[in-house]
Amino acid sequence: MKTLYDKLWEEHHVTQLDSGESLLYIDRHYLHEVTSPQAFEGLSKKNLKPWRLEANIATPDHNVPTTRGTNFDSDQIKDEISKIQVVELDKNCNAFGIKQFDIKSTRQGIVHVIGPELGYTLPGMTIVCGDSHTSTHGALGCLAMGIGTSEVEHVLATQCLKVSKLKNMLVKFEGTPAENVSSKDIVLYFIGLIGTAGGTGYAIEFAGSYIENISIESRMTICNMAIEAGAKVGLIAPDKTTIDYVREKSFLDKEKLEKAEDYWSNLRTDDGAIFDNEYIVDVSKIKPQVTWGTSPEMVVNYDGEIPTPMNVSEDNKKNIELARNYMGIQDESKLSDLVFDKVFIGSCTNSRIEDLRQAAEIVKGKTVADNITEAIVVPGSGMVKEQAEMEGLDKIFREAGFIWRDPGCSMCLGMNPDQLKPYERCASTSNRNFEGRQGYLGRTHLMSPLMAAYTAINGTVGEPS
Amino acid sequence: MKSNSEGLIIDGVVSYIDRDNIDTDQIIPTEYLKSIKKFGYEDYLFDGWRYKDDGKLGIKKEDRDINEDFILNNKPYTESKILLGRDNFGCGSSREHAVWALRDFGIKAVIASSFGDIFYNNCFKNGVLPIKLEKENIERLFDLVKNKAVEFSINLQQRIIHLNDKDKIKFKVDAHLIDRIIFGLDDVDISLKEKDKIMLFEKNRKISKPWIYVNE
Repeated sequence: MKTLYDKLWEEHHVTQLDSGESLLYIDRHYLHEVTSPQAFEGLSKKNLKPWRLEANIATPDHNVPTTRGTNFDSDQIKDEISKIQVVELDKNCNAFGIKQFDIKSTRQGIVHVIGPELGYTLPGMTIVCGDSHTSTHGALGCLAMGIGTSEVEHVLATQCLKVSKLKNMLVKFEGTPAENVSSKDIVLYFIGLIGTAGGTGYAIEFAGSYIENISIESRMTICNMAIEAGAKVGLIAPDKTTIDYVREKSFLDKEKLEKAEDYWSNLRTDDGAIFDNEYIVDVSKIKPQVTWGTSPEMVVNYDGEIPTPMNVSEDNKKNIELARNYMGIQDESKLSDLVFDKVFIGSCTNSRIEDLRQAAEIVKGKTVADNITEAIVVPGSGMVKEQAEMEGLDKIFREAGFIWRDPGCSMCLGMNPDQLKPYERCASTSNRNFEGRQGYLGRTHLMSPLMAAYTAINGTVGEPS
Repeated sequence: MKSNSEGLIIDGVVSYIDRDNIDTDQIIPTEYLKSIKKFGYEDYLFDGWRYKDDGKLGIKKEDRDINEDFILNNKPYTESKILLGRDNFGCGSSREHAVWALRDFGIKAVIASSFGDIFYNNCFKNGVLPIKLEKENIERLFDLVKNKAVEFSINLQQRIIHLNDKDKIKFKVDAHLIDRIIFGLDDVDISLKEKDKIMLFEKNRKISKPWIYVNE
């Protein structure tokens, strides 16, 4: 009896090294401008070439400005240092012959958004990228994980990752959630439950009736945030929903696709397989979740009390105190007491078409609150942007007072012009509320696109109706 | 790091940060990830806590508003080789820049009760030793280092932290990982010795899973 992770591990296992570690064959390697330059440099120094060019797909996302419009090229980036990095990716991809969806491409976007939607992420693959949110691709039944720059170089050079096997964790989400609850709420709730180190050393398989009933986009949000629970790998067995999704996106010919589908339909954990750890969560009781502190585990019900040093255990007092101070929480007892300055809808967690549709439905015919100085919507890719514009979502957002941007990582992290100013409070659909993550001294509250839309309209974390 | 008759030793002043979940965004903020170099990150380590202003890549330490209250800004901690933390050190982003910043500052060992998985792996590839200890031992170390500056001496071969002349703590670490630090091994070189096996694996995979290899 084997788990899905065990099967994918064995399927890609090349050999065991003297050290006890294994070489795991990598099917797909995504690259972006931030974690690749030093890897390409290392490759050149060793006089090596990429082992299998076709395995690699690159796109710039972290540094790209989201107000660039059409015909914008890398060398037009105003921030000189960002420009060097994006231009370096152009140079490296040209020099080594790696396929890149560059800044001018209508298919450019956040690497974890474009991979699946362009058909490069397929069930059963091993996928790596120098970015911890690579776990996203596990939503299609892949063994996908984030790696460091040394490993990027290693994968380019050998087509393998040198790793030890992880432990298996099963997380079953059962039941039907309340209307205003999305997969972002479910995964935030889960992180609050097990903590940001709860999944360390594990590959988490998400299963259960809730998972079976949700879209691939919703599944991606859950696997994306597995790393916020400490797990490098989050994955979901492929099913009909997966195969329908892949069929729609795939560039494979009919014969190859049919052969693949036969394999994918049987790719799942055996009945009776043993996991090292299991959780069962009843999702019907979960309310919309919003983080209040500086770690994704610092999360409460949107209408719940913010923890104080008085009502927590002794060894957690200091963490709570530090987080409250950083977040500028004084006498406020509830999240709804906090006044927001900015709203960000985007990131590899929540910038897909489904996310934008949900948010648009809330803001339709309404106006962004006066205290919100900036509310931005950043589609995850050129394709998402096109689709949204075709559906008129951009118009809905604009009319409500949002700014409609070009694809990129944007305000998820402070590497491009979209940043918080010191002490600004932001309702964000991204994945990390770490100190300074969205800009120096900025204050991040993680939530679903739905809750972010409500916050934009209300100016505070409001009652979903 | 130095070598003596007992083997490879990391010894020096222990600095400490008394909080859980020190993420890689704290170790080095995203701004500095714009560099395309592998070295030169020492001045940006713990940037958000070390300075009172917002830094930019390229700005010198001398031109910054230093936070005198932060441990690494005070002697003798400016020369620290060992850093003590608590739970889930290095969680978050996969950025290897976090380890590069610690390494460039001079930190050769980080002691904590647990580490983020990706950070833990990245350490060994850059000569930084992450040491996991039980929470009781972490507490004991904090009691030792909080009142006055102390030096530990870590013996890599013996897996022992000498806290002072009489007290010591043993630690565990996989041999293959610590060997990478002791012998400065390069992963690419090691793996390429298995070139034939990788080629054979790939040849078979092309036949059994042809959809992976569309244009090849």
